[in-house]
Amino acid sequence: MTSQTKSEGRIVAVSRGQDMAFAVLGVAVLVLAMSLLAALIIDLMRDGLSRIDLQFLTEFPSRRPASAGILSAWVGTTLIMFVTALLAIPLGVGAGVYLEEYAPKNWMTDVIDVNISNLAGVPSIIYGLLALGFFVYALQLGQTILVGGLVLALLILPIVIVATREAVRSVPSGLRESAYGVGCNRWQVVWRYVLPSARPGILTGAIVGLSRAIGETAPIITIGALTFIAFLPPSPLQGTPPFVNFDWLDSPFTVMPIQMFNWLSRPQEAFHVNAAATGVLLLLMTLVMNGFAIFLRYHLRRSLRT
Amino acid sequence: MLEQNSEPMTLAALQNSGFLRRGRLLSQAMGVLLFLCAALSVLITGAIVWVLVSESWIFFSQIPLLSFLTDTQWTPVFTDAHYGILPLLTATLWAAGIAMAVATPLGLILSVYLSEFAGTRVREILKPILELLAAVPTVVFGYFALLFLTPLARQFIPGLSGFNLLVPGFVMGMMILPYVVSISEDAMRAVPMSLREGAYALGMSRLRTGFTVVIPAAFSGVTAAYLLAFSRAVGETMVVAIAAGQNPNLTGDPREGAATITAYIVQMSLGDLPHGSVAYATIFATGLVLFLITLAFNVLGFLLRRKFREAY
Repeated sequence: MTSQTKSEGRIVAVSRGQDMAFAVLGVAVLVLAMSLLAALIIDLMRDGLSRIDLQFLTEFPSRRPASAGILSAWVGTTLIMFVTALLAIPLGVGAGVYLEEYAPKNWMTDVIDVNISNLAGVPSIIYGLLALGFFVYALQLGQTILVGGLVLALLILPIVIVATREAVRSVPSGLRESAYGVGCNRWQVVWRYVLPSARPGILTGAIVGLSRAIGETAPIITIGALTFIAFLPPSPLQGTPPFVNFDWLDSPFTVMPIQMFNWLSRPQEAFHVNAAATGVLLLLMTLVMNGFAIFLRYHLRRSLRT
Repeated sequence: MLEQNSEPMTLAALQNSGFLRRGRLLSQAMGVLLFLCAALSVLITGAIVWVLVSESWIFFSQIPLLSFLTDTQWTPVFTDAHYGILPLLTATLWAAGIAMAVATPLGLILSVYLSEFAGTRVREILKPILELLAAVPTVVFGYFALLFLTPLARQFIPGLSGFNLLVPGFVMGMMILPYVVSISEDAMRAVPMSLREGAYALGMSRLRTGFTVVIPAAFSGVTAAYLLAFSRAVGETMVVAIAAGQNPNLTGDPREGAATITAYIVQMSLGDLPHGSVAYATIFATGLVLFLITLAFNVLGFLLRRKFREAY
């Protein structure tokens, strides 16, 4: 009797020990992952932080590393992101709302559903090949800002769609039912009640998608964007009516990740410093965007709970 | 608007009033518009397949499929041109395999820890932090792999060259880790509490419950996580293009550098490719191979994921 309780006690003690050991292991893996991220940030800042100044932001790329800057790259990134956001957000939200609120349960909806989750897994470089073969050559659009924005919009479309669906699904069905109850039709329910309450979730998805697009390099290289651009696209604003012009859409461009890759693939150390400086800025932008998205999601969860 | 009638309006009259009819029309029109948004995704897939097949047509009409699949050399721009996909394919599989060798054990440990050990608060703080790893632009990871990790690793691993498959493989493993953890932890948390409670009642530890009850119950979801992650690693571009070199190399030694399929496409795209030439067609032919591999893993992963959703 006593020997039995004793062995049971030992079993419990051993189990507890194993659990403790595994919890320590779990934390250790997390620490490993975090220290890798920390090492990356520190290494990049140590190499590049001193290079970032006003001159770096206002100069064009140059053969002399010390006087080279990223003016054309950050302007290109800004314009491309504008095009991407303008295309991906309405299309992605539209598709997400359709699948959650309008879609009948039939084979067509199933096909669209399978297809979107497959698109999310297509490598980004394949989107680049699509843009090269279809937009650049078949449609004769050339290597322009419009094509760059288009390919990144297609790339992040699945992210926006999935986020929209999740946000729309989490809107309480009581809200929908009461809106239908007072005689709203489907579109009125979606536009006046569902979309406003899903807005934070959709915004989170859009930000995560755009932060992914900012760092994307492969598809932009594939469409054959130039790596050395020493001029700016025509300004979108002008002094004479109609005050806006869209010539910039047809302009060649470069973006920050491409500029970084280009400097990184040169043998001279001094260019690697420029690459690191560009990397610091890229990392800052994506981490800030993701941090904001995490904050939004956290905030959202709390407001849903109360 | 509703007319000011002395008689009460019948339901039929109300439904036919101009105001409501216009509303219904708008609603139906928006339904069509939203359907077009959703259908666009099918068009994109169609366009991808069409572009890959039609642009690589020149390639496959000149190079026999058998030599494409069995030739051990890939030298498309040499005068003695060889078009064997094997060197690119093995490098791709080496890099992705190393990434999986890193991500599989770490992902398993982390997802069991997060779903079985960590409390809600801890999990809510740790998951977003882990996801920051996936938010870092890949070109930045490439910089880190080439200029920080490789020189560091060369001090410990003899024979490691400046460009190699080992370091980018490791970095990719860390990159896909958040993805693996997120999907497999979702699957594990979908396992009903009653299964765990039964195991605890039998005196099992959390660790044993995790590995002998929860993981088997969530098996299809966990497997899906690894299939989808493998597909990501195969398609990952910038890390390998920067840190694994751009030299096609049929090798069994991951300490050497070798161009993957994605690195080859990047390298060719940087040069001037005349539209319609065989060199231009090679990037679409190799892209087609890449697409087919990732498609197979994605579809398999999708089906398995759907299965675990239906199970509970």
